[in-house]
Amino acid sequence: MMKPFPEVPMLSYDVVVIGGGPAGMASAIKAKELGLKVLLLDENDYLGGILPQCIHPGFGIHYFREELTGPEFAARLAKRLVELGVEYRTSARVLEIRNYSDLEKFVLFTSPSGIYGVWAKAVIYAAGARERHAFEIGIVGDRVSGIYTAGEAQTLMDIYGVLPGKEIVIVGSGDVGLIMARRFALEGAKVKAVIELMPYPGGLARNVMILRDFNIPLYLSHKVVEVRGKGRVERVKVVRVDENLKEIPGSEFWIEADTLVISAGLVPAVKKLKKIGVEIDPATAGPVVNDRLETSVPGIFVAGNSLVINDLVDYVAEQGELAAEGAKEFIENGGIESRKWIKVETGENVRLVVPHYLSGERDVHLYLRVSKPMEDVELRIPEIGKRLKLPVVKPAEMIRLKLKAEEIRNAEKLTVEVVRP
Amino acid sequence: MKRKVAVIGAGISGASIARVLSKYGNLEVHLIERAPDVGWGVSKANTALIHGGYDDDPDKYPTRARLCIRGNRLWHRWVKELQIAHVWNGALIVATREEDFDELEKLLERGRRNGVPEMRIVEGDELFHLEPGLTREALGALWVPIVGQIAPIPAVIALVENAVANGVKTHLETEVRGIKVENGEVKGVETNNGFIEADVVINAAGLYADEIARMAGIDYFEIRPRKGEYWIFDDDVPGPRRVLFPTPTPISKGIVVTTEVSGHLMIGPNAQDLPPEEKDNLATTKEGLEGVWEGAKKLWPQLPPRSKVIRTFAGLRPEPTGGDFIIKAEEGVWGFINVAGIRSPGLTSAPAIAYEVAEIIQRDLGIKLVEKSNWNPYRREITHFFMLPPEKANELVKRNPTYGKIVCRCNSVSEGDILEAIERMKFIGVKTPSVDSVKFRTKATTGTCQGSFCRPRIVQLLAREYGVEPWKVTLKGRGSEIGIGDVKALLRGDEA
Repeated sequence: MMKPFPEVPMLSYDVVVIGGGPAGMASAIKAKELGLKVLLLDENDYLGGILPQCIHPGFGIHYFREELTGPEFAARLAKRLVELGVEYRTSARVLEIRNYSDLEKFVLFTSPSGIYGVWAKAVIYAAGARERHAFEIGIVGDRVSGIYTAGEAQTLMDIYGVLPGKEIVIVGSGDVGLIMARRFALEGAKVKAVIELMPYPGGLARNVMILRDFNIPLYLSHKVVEVRGKGRVERVKVVRVDENLKEIPGSEFWIEADTLVISAGLVPAVKKLKKIGVEIDPATAGPVVNDRLETSVPGIFVAGNSLVINDLVDYVAEQGELAAEGAKEFIENGGIESRKWIKVETGENVRLVVPHYLSGERDVHLYLRVSKPMEDVELRIPEIGKRLKLPVVKPAEMIRLKLKAEEIRNAEKLTVEVVRP
Repeated sequence: MKRKVAVIGAGISGASIARVLSKYGNLEVHLIERAPDVGWGVSKANTALIHGGYDDDPDKYPTRARLCIRGNRLWHRWVKELQIAHVWNGALIVATREEDFDELEKLLERGRRNGVPEMRIVEGDELFHLEPGLTREALGALWVPIVGQIAPIPAVIALVENAVANGVKTHLETEVRGIKVENGEVKGVETNNGFIEADVVINAAGLYADEIARMAGIDYFEIRPRKGEYWIFDDDVPGPRRVLFPTPTPISKGIVVTTEVSGHLMIGPNAQDLPPEEKDNLATTKEGLEGVWEGAKKLWPQLPPRSKVIRTFAGLRPEPTGGDFIIKAEEGVWGFINVAGIRSPGLTSAPAIAYEVAEIIQRDLGIKLVEKSNWNPYRREITHFFMLPPEKANELVKRNPTYGKIVCRCNSVSEGDILEAIERMKFIGVKTPSVDSVKFRTKATTGTCQGSFCRPRIVQLLAREYGVEPWKVTLKGRGSEIGIGDVKALLRGDEA
């Protein structure tokens, strides 16, 4: 085999899992259980990804059938990982992925013990997502202290024990923003407003309750456009938007605050996959995959928030397992085979759906999101005559739909739509 | 006997002056700066260009015209001696209308007068060979191959590190409150940290040079802030190979499209004159940024989607009365030298300004400068993990494991890089730990995620190395602390 870096020590595995969060850990556990030689790499000092800082409950109801906190969920997976003797390295950051051929993947990583190259037959990419920041959402004004993404504020509070500020404005009513609103309120800070661009809240219903519990004002159809302050945030400018999300002149007002928390959504962290030519779905911003969660580059699999932004860690872990099963099949058969690939397309009121291609040979879960909230609707896949009544659908709540192999086997294509009956 | 020199302002001018004066054994040089670190004023936010020298009219602005080309030539040597990140990629001043060629001819003529080599007008295939992504509306361009780009704050840091290594003493977080003048001679500067005695005072105070001059009784000029705003994009967005200018108008060189030295597409600046009291107004504005976007699109039509922006920022240029640099020994106050109104092309001119000041000290103040035999012109660049080939990096990691651990994932900045930055901050006298000080030295927090993953970790490292609580670490100096206390501070009722 070739040596791309002559001076760098080389390791060899069946599969390398990139990322030690819930997707990566579940994936590595499953791969080991399936008899693969697996190496898991994570850049943090500890396993668990973002979970160790998510100290609130609400995790694990589907996957472990009981309600856990983030650290508990992570600890359960980590315990299983260690019991099984899965090889893993923390403080290990992947610098580059190369795809030499179907069964020759190369991963270069750095760690305090040195830089290593790993040869593997398959790669499972579970590196999570990143948060959108203030510049990305067009906030202008002073570049001062006191502007944090929700995740950064959470890291400061719950990993490093630092309280960022005392008068808080939160941009975005997604789950992360709402959970941070509660987190600040619990530590005695005044959460002065949650500002939401859309005309409806962006989080799960149980998290929207936080606003009532803590008496926090929610401004729907509003956006933060400017920050002013000397050294530190002093005030933020808010403006109302119309139904086309255009700012309404004259509706501006200022809120005094020392802290602005940005919770404006997550973006799959897939730059390294793009570099090796993995096809990206503009709707999810993650890779296009088949029902084994294999990307357009054979032998490169993806799971968790690198695939699609999930609401529930349970689905993330489930995707991790699925990717491991895919890797096993890929290595054993020399590829993921199917007589045909059934394309899954988004229809009316469906913003995104994964996986993108189905073999029709096995049962599958579709994960999808609607583009706007609706009530008393039907989820339909006309090609196979599938109809499912749903009392409420919201963009914030991912829909998971199980399809049986025999239902889809004879289809050429599936269009998923959500419509009023 | 040693002569004491106080340089006020550790921007690109003051730092260059300090470095040049550190060559002389009979000078004791003090570099005084109000901010917690060097290069945080005008030098921080600009287009980062080493201009060609064709733009400054020698009849109207003789000092600018003379020093710009000389500075360009000197930077070619200085970037090597000091290992400053740079690129010499040339500029195209683009004509999109027939009448623009008249202006380009004027620039060509002016450039020749100023001594700018290798300029010529290019058209057709050659133009698009030089810049394949240029707007197809382009009819031709003035090609100035000697134009380049550097990283401006790292340049200031490099100059100060080299100056300190050669004996210059820095006084950071030191604000000048008065200039002591007796019998028409300067005696020193009053500061918030006490009196600093000096035989020569060099006023390189950027936007505040007029206020410093007034302290010495000199009030024939005023500095007005002119704001320029910029957009900077993620490193996977294609940018131009060359520095692209539109054909200039009487007011402005126009909105530049360039790929800056770190590989990011950058567009800007606009130009907005502010009242003199707004010398700290660095706020970006929606209108300003939209104007920049529209301007840039004319040269570079394939601007990325807005979601690809990683940062917007504003800088201030110090516009002096009269428009030309004011570099002279003041006759009324012996020993007081103004280096004021260093607006564009100030970054380019800085090395030439520094030699000019040394000449003024000898010629006008009659102080004979004696060169040290052991002056060291070299300075080693900070380790950038991301620039090392894996083999090299591995040797380094074996010696020091912290270099193997990545803190900033977007730019592959290692913990070792950051610890080295902190050592270098301390070497030049940085007293207040700031994330920005680490950022400007290592590029940590400047990538796709803008620091949301690594900033807390950098805060922790700064807290440990400076021996302070993490919430007392600042973003950019006092008043910009990262937190207000530990996580239970408010509940205990002892908020900071």
